[in-house]
Amino acid sequence: MRLINRRPARPAAVLLAAVPFVAVLIAYWIGSEVRLAANPADKLLPAPETIAATARQIFTEGDRRSGDILLWTDTLSSLRRLGLGVGIAAASATVLGTLIGMLPYARRTLSDFVAVVSMVPPLALLPILFIVFGLGETSKVVLIVVGITPFITRDLSQRVLDIPHEEIVKAQTLGASTAVIALRVVLPKILPRLLQSVRLSLGAAWLFLIAAEAVAADSGLGYRIFLVRRYLAMDIILTYVIWITLLAFLIDWALKATSRAAFPWLEAGL
Amino acid sequence: MSFVTVTDVWQRYGDRSIIERVNLDVAEGEFVSIVGASGCGKSTFLRLLLADETPSRGEIRIDGGEPAREPGRERGVVFQRYSVFPHMTVRDNIVAAESFPSGLGRFFGARLRAARDRADKTLDRIGLAHVAKNYPATLSGGMQQRLAIGQALTARPRILLLDEPFGALDPGTRIAMHDFLTELRAETRMTVFMVTHDLSEGFKLGDRVLVFDKTRWDPHMPEAFGATVTYDFDARDGGVPFQHILDNYPRLAAH
Repeated sequence: MRLINRRPARPAAVLLAAVPFVAVLIAYWIGSEVRLAANPADKLLPAPETIAATARQIFTEGDRRSGDILLWTDTLSSLRRLGLGVGIAAASATVLGTLIGMLPYARRTLSDFVAVVSMVPPLALLPILFIVFGLGETSKVVLIVVGITPFITRDLSQRVLDIPHEEIVKAQTLGASTAVIALRVVLPKILPRLLQSVRLSLGAAWLFLIAAEAVAADSGLGYRIFLVRRYLAMDIILTYVIWITLLAFLIDWALKATSRAAFPWLEAGL
Repeated sequence: MSFVTVTDVWQRYGDRSIIERVNLDVAEGEFVSIVGASGCGKSTFLRLLLADETPSRGEIRIDGGEPAREPGRERGVVFQRYSVFPHMTVRDNIVAAESFPSGLGRFFGARLRAARDRADKTLDRIGLAHVAKNYPATLSGGMQQRLAIGQALTARPRILLLDEPFGALDPGTRIAMHDFLTELRAETRMTVFMVTHDLSEGFKLGDRVLVFDKTRWDPHMPEAFGATVTYDFDARDGGVPFQHILDNYPRLAAH
């Protein structure tokens, strides 16, 4: 039997999915053992038990100065920035993408511009954003918006162009105006794609968020990681990294579930 | 009395002529089948009738009105595929035919309920009442096309354009759809243009069968000349012409 036709059965499939995770854990554990055996005070690869203890402390104990649990305040401010940035980006990309996809005049005017803007490395703009918007929340949100809007816009406008011409003509023969076609035909059809697009750009959004927080902030997950880096506090950094990964995974999963619940017609044919 | 008037229509894309010198008068209520080889311009002609394209020369008028520049409610259409909205339920597809001309394209409250009741009646008539709440993707090809025709007719167009509407259906479903269309037509007396690959379908359903073909042919530049109507058959009475000539002209009868 050819390799392309061999499929793992249920128990083997679950096991296979677990293999890379377990492998990484074991590799880390061995490395940590080796280093700690040579030098018990080693800070680079703390033992898994140390990380677990630190994590318990970080999640439950308040800061000695303010009494707040820093992890939660960091999470809150980071998620607020991320939510604002992604939300603004998604909204403006939906409007732009619909315009570019539907109206030949808007396409002529904007599509090349968006294509060029999407080539600008957003992190290169970070100093400008700090200078223009100051070191507060605005510059961080704007960085996320600038970073992912062009990508989502291009994706959505292409999606609008992919709608079969027949459907647009059909809507016209039923008497729909441009606005009605946008509201009743185009938007409902690209919203699932918007969720997809947002899911794909979340990775980039996190990248921009952490980068902006690393440079200048007074709270946030990225800020904390880069702060404790000075003390080589690997146990805290690793806890934060795992926490960020978990958050990103949960957001992704929530978006996927939303898409499935909100657009039943997508899977109607399957 | 001519209802749809096509006057000296040409369609050309750059150097490529698709259609040339098409002149046509169609009476109200006539069913016109359009047949021809692939790429002979019959679908282009349908798009011109639909006003999805404007002819390079000539004009098409319905009931003496101004030539249309974009598709509108005067012209209903059913394509081979993508004729219904996949993101709306079967009933909403019918309601859309009523609500799309309104400002938001959507009805609310009493108006919505009334439109839904009418839609349910339509669905009853076209035999889709049992799947009113389903999405079109769950329907068979024949049911989707029935829905598409029902939706197009709900908008009460002056002419109905069918672009190979049954091309993707299996033979059995196709014959059922012929009966369905014949019934609907008997009820509505709609003027219909249908493009088809299937000659027997064209003759079975049509009052007239138009054949598109090229009359001029340049072997060095095949795309120089376009196609035109080369035959215009009377397809009524089983395709045997002049069966009613004595009714129309009693003076011709032998005394």
